[in-house]
Amino acid sequence: MIQLEHVTKTYPKASRPSLDDVSVAIDKGDFVFFIGPSGSGKSTIIKLLLHEITPNSGKVYVNERDVTTMRSWKIPTFRRSIGCVFQDFRLLPNRTAYENVAFALEVIGKSKGVARRVVPEVLELVGLGGKEHRYPHELSGGEQQRVAVARAFVNRPLILLADEPTGNLDPDTSVEIMRLLDRINRTGTTVVMVTHDSNIVNQMRRRVVEIESGRIVRDQARGVYG
Amino acid sequence: MRAKYVLAEVVTGLWRNVTMTIAMMITMAVSLTMLGASLLMYMQVKSLQDFFYGKVEVSIFLKLDVTDDQRAALKSDLERDPLVQQPVIYESRETAMKRFKEQFKDAPDLVNATKPDSLPESYRVKLKDPNQFNEVASRYNGKEGISEIIDQRKLLGKIFGIFNSVQNVALIVAIVQGLAALLLVANMIQIAAFSKRREVAVMKLVGASNWFIQAPFVLEAVFAGLVGAILAFAALWLSKHLFLDGSLKALQNVFPPIPESNVLLMLPVLAGIGAAINAITGWITLRFYVRV
Repeated sequence: MIQLEHVTKTYPKASRPSLDDVSVAIDKGDFVFFIGPSGSGKSTIIKLLLHEITPNSGKVYVNERDVTTMRSWKIPTFRRSIGCVFQDFRLLPNRTAYENVAFALEVIGKSKGVARRVVPEVLELVGLGGKEHRYPHELSGGEQQRVAVARAFVNRPLILLADEPTGNLDPDTSVEIMRLLDRINRTGTTVVMVTHDSNIVNQMRRRVVEIESGRIVRDQARGVYG
Repeated sequence: MRAKYVLAEVVTGLWRNVTMTIAMMITMAVSLTMLGASLLMYMQVKSLQDFFYGKVEVSIFLKLDVTDDQRAALKSDLERDPLVQQPVIYESRETAMKRFKEQFKDAPDLVNATKPDSLPESYRVKLKDPNQFNEVASRYNGKEGISEIIDQRKLLGKIFGIFNSVQNVALIVAIVQGLAALLLVANMIQIAAFSKRREVAVMKLVGASNWFIQAPFVLEAVFAGLVGAILAFAALWLSKHLFLDGSLKALQNVFPPIPESNVLLMLPVLAGIGAAINAITGWITLRFYVRV
């Protein structure tokens, strides 16, 4: 599903590589944590998988496609198979929960009819039934993140990338978001989550890949934060 | 639905920064007006040249003391000359005086002060090829009884020179204003892209196609260009009808009026130029500067 082969990425002007000869493979339906201190290079992986950046050397495969050599005009279609959630939610403040999710469908050419059918369903799934018409500022942090998850999942992607999704949330709310991601993972969606939230990792007992200074120092099934 | 979305985005985009949009349209309008005026002048000068050059003659003025023999010899030379279009017209002092009185009938003092003697007699000829004036002139220069050979084309050349420089000034103003308009377009798009940066980020994230992200911005610029072109056309049309056909109507005895069809032609021409230039500028701004 996802495969990194000897990937090295050095940002311009950086003294050392963010990722140094990293190889990792993730199967379909996996749930993987990438953990490590700030600046260890774990967020760089998300950017590589989204083709926001390209590696200096090595190969990145997503959905059996070589991302590194992908032509730029193919990127939009490619991204439709990936959902993405961030620490800062990235919701549009002038749109309601419903509109935020529907926006993701409309801008890839889905009709309003499709949105009317699919959006309430996915908002129900993330536990926001009845709050469709609230604006982000009328929702709690956890609820905003649920909207973000709904937006990432509404297109039924094969992969869900989560970059510190609980970074702005209190522990209880974080647990709820993790339950949600777990449910999404059970539908067959591969989930890749970057975090340094040790409680979460220890609770979930899923595969853990630890990165330090751009290198993989641990890759453990059913791991803990350590 | 997509078209509707894009159009709605264009409208809100234009309205979001309405002062800027208006400034852009006005600059665009001024630039395109100048461009249109310059084009019209170019077409007009072309038709004026055809109009006048068909009529111009070479005047061969004879000396006051020319003899009958010299006059007759010159006439037969001219009639046999292969470069000269027949017939050769002779203008006596009396006809010259009559023509002069007719031409300057509004200035009786000038007419009264002019003695018939001061207007020389002349031959007026048309050349088969007006460009061969120098050859004709050198052939007759120095012949007995000739005082001066004048090519009316040279006089017209000076007038057309003035037209040309006016046209050039208009063109330069058009280019300078056009540049200002382009910078405003680039600026407008940058502001638009900035105010929509969240939407753009989400669109890129969920995989909206590039044209779908860029189209509203480019169309905003194109729309502003079209409005500028329409304003420019209105300015040109009004100047023709209010000034050239109105207060400057007297000039039309000398110069043929600008045909309505040429003015109407300016609408699609200016609209096309305005829209195309704005679209290209907009796209380049997005592609290389804003990186939307």
